[in-house]
Formats: sequence, structure tokens, C-alpha cells
Amino acid sequence: MPTDITLTDLPDLARGAALLGTGGGGDPYIGLLLVSEELRRGRTITLLTTDEVHDNDLVVASAFMGAPTVVVEKIPSGDEPVTALRTLEKRLGRTVDAIIPMECGGLNSMIPLLVAARAGIPIVDGDGMGRAFPELQMETFGVYGVAGSPIAICDSNGHTTVIDTGTDNKQMEWLARGVTIRMGGVSYIAEYPMTGAEVRRTAIPGTMSLALRLGRCIREAREQHQDPFEALSRALERSIYGSGRVLLEGKVIDVERRSSDGFVRGTATVSSFDGDTAVTLTFQNEHLVAHHNGRVLAIVPDLISVLDAQTANPITTESLRYGQRVKIFAMSTPAIMRSPEALEVFGPQAFGLKDPWTPVEELTSI
Amino acid sequence: MRIGIDVGGTNTDAVLMDARRVLAEVKTSTTPDVTSGIVTAIAELRKASPFDPLDVQAVMIGTTHFINAIVEANRLAPTAAVRLGLPATRALPPLVGWPDHLVAAIKGEGYLCHGGNEYDGRLISHLDRDEIKRVADDIALKGIRSIAVSSVYSPANPELEVEVGDILSEHIPGVAVSLSHELGRMGLLERENATVINACLRELAGHICDGLSGALTDAGIRAPLFLSQNDGTLMDVDFARRYPVATFASGPTNSMRGAAFLSGLGDCAVIDVGGTTSDIGILQNGFPREATTEVSVSGIRTNFRMPDVLSIGIGGGSRVRLGEPTVGPDSVGYRIRQEGLVFGGDTLTATDIAVAAGIAEIGDPDLVAHLDRSLVDAVLAHMSREIASAVDRMRTSATPLPVVAVGGGNILVPDVLEGSGKVHRPEHSGVANAIGAAIAQVGGEVDRIFAVASGTRETVLDAAKQEAVDRAVAAGARPQTVQIVEVEEVPLAYLPGNVTRIRVKAVGDLVFEPALTDTGARRAH
Repeated sequence: MPTDITLTDLPDLARGAALLGTGGGGDPYIGLLLVSEELRRGRTITLLTTDEVHDNDLVVASAFMGAPTVVVEKIPSGDEPVTALRTLEKRLGRTVDAIIPMECGGLNSMIPLLVAARAGIPIVDGDGMGRAFPELQMETFGVYGVAGSPIAICDSNGHTTVIDTGTDNKQMEWLARGVTIRMGGVSYIAEYPMTGAEVRRTAIPGTMSLALRLGRCIREAREQHQDPFEALSRALERSIYGSGRVLLEGKVIDVERRSSDGFVRGTATVSSFDGDTAVTLTFQNEHLVAHHNGRVLAIVPDLISVLDAQTANPITTESLRYGQRVKIFAMSTPAIMRSPEALEVFGPQAFGLKDPWTPVEELTSI
Repeated sequence: MRIGIDVGGTNTDAVLMDARRVLAEVKTSTTPDVTSGIVTAIAELRKASPFDPLDVQAVMIGTTHFINAIVEANRLAPTAAVRLGLPATRALPPLVGWPDHLVAAIKGEGYLCHGGNEYDGRLISHLDRDEIKRVADDIALKGIRSIAVSSVYSPANPELEVEVGDILSEHIPGVAVSLSHELGRMGLLERENATVINACLRELAGHICDGLSGALTDAGIRAPLFLSQNDGTLMDVDFARRYPVATFASGPTNSMRGAAFLSGLGDCAVIDVGGTTSDIGILQNGFPREATTEVSVSGIRTNFRMPDVLSIGIGGGSRVRLGEPTVGPDSVGYRIRQEGLVFGGDTLTATDIAVAAGIAEIGDPDLVAHLDRSLVDAVLAHMSREIASAVDRMRTSATPLPVVAVGGGNILVPDVLEGSGKVHRPEHSGVANAIGAAIAQVGGEVDRIFAVASGTRETVLDAAKQEAVDRAVAAGARPQTVQIVEVEEVPLAYLPGNVTRIRVKAVGDLVFEPALTDTGARRAH
């Protein structure tokens, strides 16, 4: 049954989305404000399950692209993602029936909600990443045969462009990235036009409502003075993700970041309070792999998030700093993200890592 | 010699210092008009250690006045927020997310105009001077007397804010203009909010600064007056008139800086025990560790430079319940001298427990002699555990951190704290906040986005550091004493070309030459 996303849901959804952002994807706070304003003005957001989309419906993925740090300064006009959608509709000669988030992690959990509220069309409960990833080809839509093109891109001045690279989603990412830089470091996109049937075949289902549930369970555990991490693990066991567990509790003792090829790459080391055990996280915007004495504890596309040890508030890689008391939390990914074709697009080797992929639940913990 | 004064909600503490020596310390009651309380404090200082007012070289005051005005939504000026950024930023206009009562209290009006910059300095849109003039007319018509101007990416490109500030000043005679790039960091909404808060405090700041200056003149003091800022550095009184918001968290900062001075420790945890709470902060290189997350003031999200302080509800006036003992968070506060048991009242407070245990001598110990010693010990142990656990939460490394206890109620902190060892309780620790005001330094900060081409990182960092040093010197620091206390680099994600946000802070000792007021220090901001 279609459900409405309400004003009281939003902070929980933002918290859960930050968790699924695995350190990247940007702080959902600005998005939270944007969507809250729409709902206060009386607009509504209807969430459809993937089963509720009709086979022949036209569904389009919606997102912002670029640096989240730019968004906190150059706040959108609010029209950009809708204009991107309208531009794509014009190109396709068809009206879009529903939108779907490109990624459920971070700030991009919120942008499609803004579109849904403003354009008055429903949003599908699911996405193409199941977390946050840095590039547009890293979506299950593309992994399972949907072309990202044509993609419509819009900036805050209302300037638009459409890029069509046929079925080459990686080239689409490359060109769109260049345009985004010229647009001031951030743009708003509509991409992966597909049918309802294709959504059902290629999307990771239920991720928006999962983000909402995870965010809510962190808050409720805190309010009831229970362990939010246990609550998260229980909630994940009841989801298609399957499991979640704390890899290590400790303090951040080292953070090293460098900027290359448009990404923030680096490592962070968390040491247990007794100083005996250390886990090193390697990130490229998002956390990619957790090592202990050279041994892999969890690796992409499985999710690795760093949360405040007390409050379980997710901490982005950009705000990681020496001395924070944290827990490293790892989550398994749904089966749709673990197939050979999925791993080829966003598995360890797609990020240049040498370690082979092993499911987090099969790796021994410390 | 110098005078340091801390004007708190309950007490006004003052110290007279000669270089590093504390010559006199007094505690008086804060008065509603502030001025008479300060006059009294200075008179008490002269009684305690006679001095010629003309020998005073500087007076440093820390005050909670401005933050209280916001918390109480009282005495705030009608304020307009003018933002440059159209067509961007329209989705979230100025004052978004503000509590309704505060918007009403400042009769807040928001205006969106063209202008603003991209991350790389290009214009989002051209400034429309006629549009600004129309806004100025509307502001004048509404009788608004203070304006906050913000512009997208102004911390990197301040020119548009300056230009618009000039146009507004020209069109609305006597209007006060606050520019966001002078007040906040990256993050448009938080910086704009800080600017609006500053703007609505400008009139009050004028009154308070007049009052403070008047109090000094009445006391025969000719020395320059400085106010403490959130980060432990100083601003002169003319700067304070324009940037009152910079005083917001000076209370805890002064306590921590005073603790560092008195104990000689640059890296330590400081517990400031007041009447209602204990505030725990961390000193790094002698300066308070700043909060990295956004700080909410009365429900308004800001990005002020604020110390990272953890407050727990244990203070001298905290109400104590026996049995499974609890302490606070409710407190009798300044009514302790009526309501505490040792003063003949009928409320059991943390102070009564300290007297009953024989660790404090205040009031009449006979009035708490009936308390069961094992219950008293249980309460002490409880407080000790709570404080130890709070200190532990603030600690950032496994190495033990020394702990310094200050404030009027510092006796509540045990001599040995679990996980931290012996607690330092230096002389004069009861007035550490006033001492912190007296010994404050001046600082300069750079926080901007830099393009760091391959192989140029060191050059870029050096340039940023030099700029911070120059700013500290311009703000009145003695050049030989200026040192870099903080360097932070955050690469901007998803963008090629190594675009990096670099934040550098430099601080130094204040020049004490009498010529200071003539040089216009800190006016060249």
C-alpha cells in the first residue's frame, strides 16, 4: 500500500541515510531542511513499493551530483532537480510516472523527496546503490542492463544539458562530471529512464523505508537507554541486508586524506581503548575496506560506517577527526549487489583494491 | 597591571594581576545593570590591594550578556537579512528553521537578491544595484535598524558583501550592517544565522559597551577595555560593538584558560564547578578544544567557534536525594545561601554534603552533623563517578590527561579521579574565569578554499599560515609571540584539481603598550 512520508519521518530517514552513506554522500541536513519546507507548505510525498509500480510506467532516477561541501554553501533554488526531470521528459517525449532515488545513502536520500513533493509524483521505495557510491555507473540499474542515458543535468541558474552516451554508463559519468564542475561543482540530474518492470528487476527494493527504520531504531534505542548498535543489528537481520555488527569500538588515532581525480582518498585508523587492537579504514569518499593486521574485516560493496560510540550518530569521512570515540559498524549487502556482474562494477577491483571480495558475514571478526 | 572581570549570571568575579601575579581577587553579585556590579568589583579590588587606577594597563571583561539576550529573546533590535545568491539558495530563505518567537522578537525580514560566487570565484549572477536599493527602501520603510548581509562563498570572496554593505549604509542613514564573511565559516545557513544574531545584538552591544566604558571612566581607569571571545582571544570594545556574537561562549573559555594559566598545564581536562552545572572542557596547547559540530543557540543552528564543553548537572547548589543517591540536575542556584542546610535552609545540596564530609568549610557544620556518614560518603562517591565518567567521555587519547578543578564549587571534585589520577586544584581556582579574561590572547584565523596544484601543498600551507599570523598581529598580538595553534585541511570531495579547504589559526600575547588604542588595532579587520 502506498504510504506518505511525513515531517516527523524526515529526521529519522536522514539519520538512517547517513548510516547507509558509509561515510560519503554528504550530510543529509540541508536536504532535510529542503524537504521539510515542502511538507510545511502542504505538499505531500507518496512512497510506492516496487511492486506497486506498473510494468509500463516510466520511472527516472533523481539525484544531485558533485561535492556535498558545495551544497552547504550554494543551496539550491529548489527548481533544479525538477527542471532536470522536465528536461528529460521533453527529450523522451513522455511524462514520468514515478521517480526513484539514485542512492539511498547521504544527502541523495533527500533530493528525490524534494522532486516528489514539488512535481507531485510518487517516489519508489528502492534505489540503485543500496548505499552511497561515488560514480553514476555504479548503480544496479546499469549492472542489470538499463542505460543511464539520456541524462538531464541542471544547475541553479536553470541551465540544462542532456548527455546521451548510449549504453556506455561510464562515459556518461565522465562527461556529466565535467559538466558538473563547470556548473559550479554541483548539479542536479535525472537519469536511467526505465519501465516499472525494469525497476522491479534492477532496483534494490525497500531501501528508503529501511533507512527510515534504521534511523528510527537508533533514536528509539537512545530514548529508551538501550544499545543502539544491538537495535541496528536486529533491524538489519530482518531486512534484505541480512546482518550488521560492530567491528571495533575505539578512538580515531589517525586520519589521512588527500584529494585526487576528484575524490577524497585516505585512511583512518581506529584503536581500541586499551591500545591493543587497531583497525584501518581505507576510503574513497565512502569507506571501502576495513583491515586488522593486514586481514580484511569487511570490504566494498558491503557497508562500513563509523558511528559515534555513544549516540550512534553516523560520522562522514570529511568530519572524521583525531580523538573521536567511535564504533566501526559493518553491514552485509543484499544478494542483488553481490552477483559477479555487480561486483565487476562496484566490487573491490572497481576501486583498485587488491583484496578479493568476501562476504562480511564469512569473515572472522577480531 | 591588568584587571580581569567575569560577569556571570550570579557572580561577578574580578582579579587584579601584575604580569603573571594575582594581586587581588574578589567575588561580588552580578547586578541587573551590570555597570554598578563592575564598579563595586573594582572598588573591592582597590580595597583588597590598593592601586592607582592610572596604573591599570588593560581591563578584560568576559560577559554572558549577549547570549542571555538571545536565550531570553529580550532587547533585540529589528533586523533584516539580505542574502546574495539568486537564483540559487531560493529554496531555503533567510531565517529558515528559526523558532517563531525569535523571528518575532527581531521582527525578522529576509530578502533574497542576485549575486554570490561559485566555489571557484566565478559569479553565480551579477549584482543588481537597483535591486539592492529597492531592498534598502523597504528596510527603511519598515523601520529596521540593523542588517545582516550574506553572500554565497563570501568567506572566499568577500567583495560583494562589502559592496552591498556600503550601498545599504549609504541609503539608510545610521543603519548597522553586519557582514557574514567576518563572522562565520563555510556553510551558508549557519554563517547567515550567526550574522543575523550578531545584527540583532548590535544596539544592545552599544549600550553594554557604553556602560562598561562608563564604569571604567567612573573608576578613574583610562586603560583600554577588551572583551573575551569564544576562542579565548580578545577583542577591543569597538570591535565588540560590531561583533557582539563573538562573546557568546566566553564564560567556559575563560575558566579553561584561567585553569591552564594557574596550573601551568597546556594540555589537560578542566572541570569548572558552578552552582548548577559542572562544565568539562579540554585544553590543547593552552586553548579550548572547539566543537566541530554545528552549535545550536536557542534552537538556531550556527557554526560559531565554540569550545567543546560537556555540562553535567552537578554544582554547589545541586539538590541531593539520599538512598540510591542522586545529585541534580535541579539546583537551588543563587538561593543556596537561603535554602542550603548549612545556611539554615531545608534543602539538602551538594554543598551540604561537602561540609558534612569535612571537605568544605562554609556555613554552619552543626546543621549537617546529623547526616549519616555512610550516606554522605555514598553521595560523594556518586558525584565522583559521574564527574570521572564525564571527563573520560571528553578525553581523546588513551594517555592519561591531567585534570584541573576550578570554579566556586571545585571542592566537589575529589582529590583523585578514577582514570585521571590526582586532581590539580591551583591557588585562586575559584576565580579562574576572571583570570582567564585577564590573560587572554589575540588571534587570527584563515578558513578558505584553496586550489592546491600538485607539489604546491607546502607553499599554499605556508601562505595560509602567514596570513593567519598577519591577522593576529593586525589584531594586536606581539609578533614575536605569535604561533600557529591549529592547521586543518579538508579536500573537497568529488572535484578534481585538489580543491582544499584550509583552516589555520594563529595566536599571540597582547601588546600592552598604552599606544594600543591609538593604533586602531582590531579595527582593521
